[in-house]
Amino acid sequence: MTAAGLTVERAPRPRARGAVFDRAFEYACFAAATLLLSALGGLIFSLAIGGWPAFAKFGPAFFVRSTWNPVTEVYGASGAIVGTLVSSGLALLLALPLAMGVAIFLVELCPASLRRPIGTAVELLAGIPSIVYGMWGLFVFAPWFGRHIEVPAMTAAPPGSLWETLTTGVPNGTGILAASVILAIMILPFIAATLRELLLAIPPAVRESAYGLGSTRFEVIRKVSLPYVRIGAVGAIMLGLGRALGETMAVTFIIGNAHGFPTSIFASGATIASTIANEFAEATSDMHTAALIALGLVLFVITFAVLALARLMIAREAAR
Amino acid sequence: MLKKLVVVLAATAALAGCSKGTQTQQAQGPQISGAGATFPAPLYAKWAEAAKAATGLTLNYQPIGSGGGIKQIEANTVAFGASDKPLKPDELEKNGLMQFPTVMGGVVPVANLPGVSAGQLKITGPVLADIYLGKVKKWTDPEIAQINPGLKLPNLPITVVHRSDGSGTTFLFTSYLSAVSPAWGTVGASDSVSWPTGLGGKGNDGVAAMTKQTTGAIGYVEYAYAKQNAMTYTLLQNKDGNFISPTADNFAAAAAGADWTKAPGFYLLLLNQPGKNAWPITGATFILMHRQQTNAAQAKAVLSFFDWAYKNGDSQAQALDYVPLPGSVKTLIRQSWSGIVGPDGKPVYTPGS
Repeated sequence: MTAAGLTVERAPRPRARGAVFDRAFEYACFAAATLLLSALGGLIFSLAIGGWPAFAKFGPAFFVRSTWNPVTEVYGASGAIVGTLVSSGLALLLALPLAMGVAIFLVELCPASLRRPIGTAVELLAGIPSIVYGMWGLFVFAPWFGRHIEVPAMTAAPPGSLWETLTTGVPNGTGILAASVILAIMILPFIAATLRELLLAIPPAVRESAYGLGSTRFEVIRKVSLPYVRIGAVGAIMLGLGRALGETMAVTFIIGNAHGFPTSIFASGATIASTIANEFAEATSDMHTAALIALGLVLFVITFAVLALARLMIAREAAR
Repeated sequence: MLKKLVVVLAATAALAGCSKGTQTQQAQGPQISGAGATFPAPLYAKWAEAAKAATGLTLNYQPIGSGGGIKQIEANTVAFGASDKPLKPDELEKNGLMQFPTVMGGVVPVANLPGVSAGQLKITGPVLADIYLGKVKKWTDPEIAQINPGLKLPNLPITVVHRSDGSGTTFLFTSYLSAVSPAWGTVGASDSVSWPTGLGGKGNDGVAAMTKQTTGAIGYVEYAYAKQNAMTYTLLQNKDGNFISPTADNFAAAAAGADWTKAPGFYLLLLNQPGKNAWPITGATFILMHRQQTNAAQAKAVLSFFDWAYKNGDSQAQALDYVPLPGSVKTLIRQSWSGIVGPDGKPVYTPGS
């Protein structure tokens, strides 16, 4: 910057000055872009190096095995991978209808006086640190959830049914489903805010012409507004899913932290992020650390795959 | 425009320089840095505050976890590492380290049973192991009823609660179960293990919350946490066969009964120690240092800090519900410090000097 400044002082002509500045600006932008890219590359590289001992020792079994035993140093990631996918998937299922309701209400139905308070409340939800969600989840939400959701659900289950299998566990409000609910609350503002922006971006003429043709409100929303934002909505959902996959603290507090495959939605489980958060600080043996770093790489790959899938879906939709 | 920017940058640099200058002026005494275990962190912070007032020494302690502490001292990025889990003599030898204990704490089983208050339920080590193995599933199990005559136990399933994060508490607890129950050998002892059953809570507060929220739950927490939160602790049978309660005196009794002179590198877990009142799950937290010091002044500052803490810090430790080491053990530790030498081969610090 200083060198460029000195050159500028020596250059008398205003046109040259502009050109030099232009070039410097170009370089600065290029540097910013490549810095990020190389940081990302470095991150993947160091995760791969750090996790290599685990990959080399366990091979493909690392992804299939569900044992996670720091005493005998046998590590398998499948329990954590399944836990991550299940909890994030359930969270998305819970959050999506709500987020759509919030966004549609704010844009299409809401009286002007309510628009601001509700919009601000949704944005505030996005600003709460995840540790607060974790503490609230463990001390306030879990006891309530256990008493009013899990116990009734377990007592209502007919013996021998799939319903019963899905709801076995200790009804104290922690477990896969409880973690999914907390995750849903956390990703809801992201999805809702993005959907709202998308709906707001619909040209008024489109909506008005639909009304002009005599459509009801529901018909306008279902047949005009939602199809119009379809492509962008996939992006919004993937953004929410990406956040749910990597969420650490809130999940760690409430998921119950049991390694291995979760047997029901009320059972304890573990996610990749919660396992790393739980064990990294106290992992003393090299293989334990390597296995945790390898888990980090797996999470990285999953998140990357989700993003890539989103791109693919958007490209497909756009081509139609 | 750019000229202005350069001026602003120069001004910022000058300001930064200024503030650095004032910082170095403020620090009077030696500065030492340490990193590791979270369990003793509140006490080290308290000691550091008092020691700074008394001796001018500044301690920067980062509670990053025992595993982190061991890695940092091996990489030689800190003056001392701290760990709740002592390193075995051969591990110390391999990295040229030595260790010494600072204070003690213990692990306390806690339970949530309707109609059963603190100190009423009696548990033995093997029964505790069977509960954590998932073999004993109900509170009405004959194994429990047999040692609790006269206590009416509810017909509830036992929900096992354990720590989900790697911790020295889990290390002590599982080491104890390994020591008293042959069946526990299948699980083993470490700061995180593959639990056969139960729920995992993060930290002492996570275990406490899950235990409190689940009727029929049993968990284990650090003594200081159990005491400060008035948890419903159980009585535990010690080596002499007595059912005793977790109190500071009973932890001290465990330390007094131990023979530290026969523990090379102070590798001693005070588990199932002999003594009428010895609490069976007691353990110390440790400091790790390099034997061969390149910076003798820094090593001297570290040792003088702990020497000061042994002399003056017991009341602060007790106030925070840690258990101070017996005087005889402190003497042994001071003697061991002659093994830490500077570049000239002489001990860096002689206590009492």
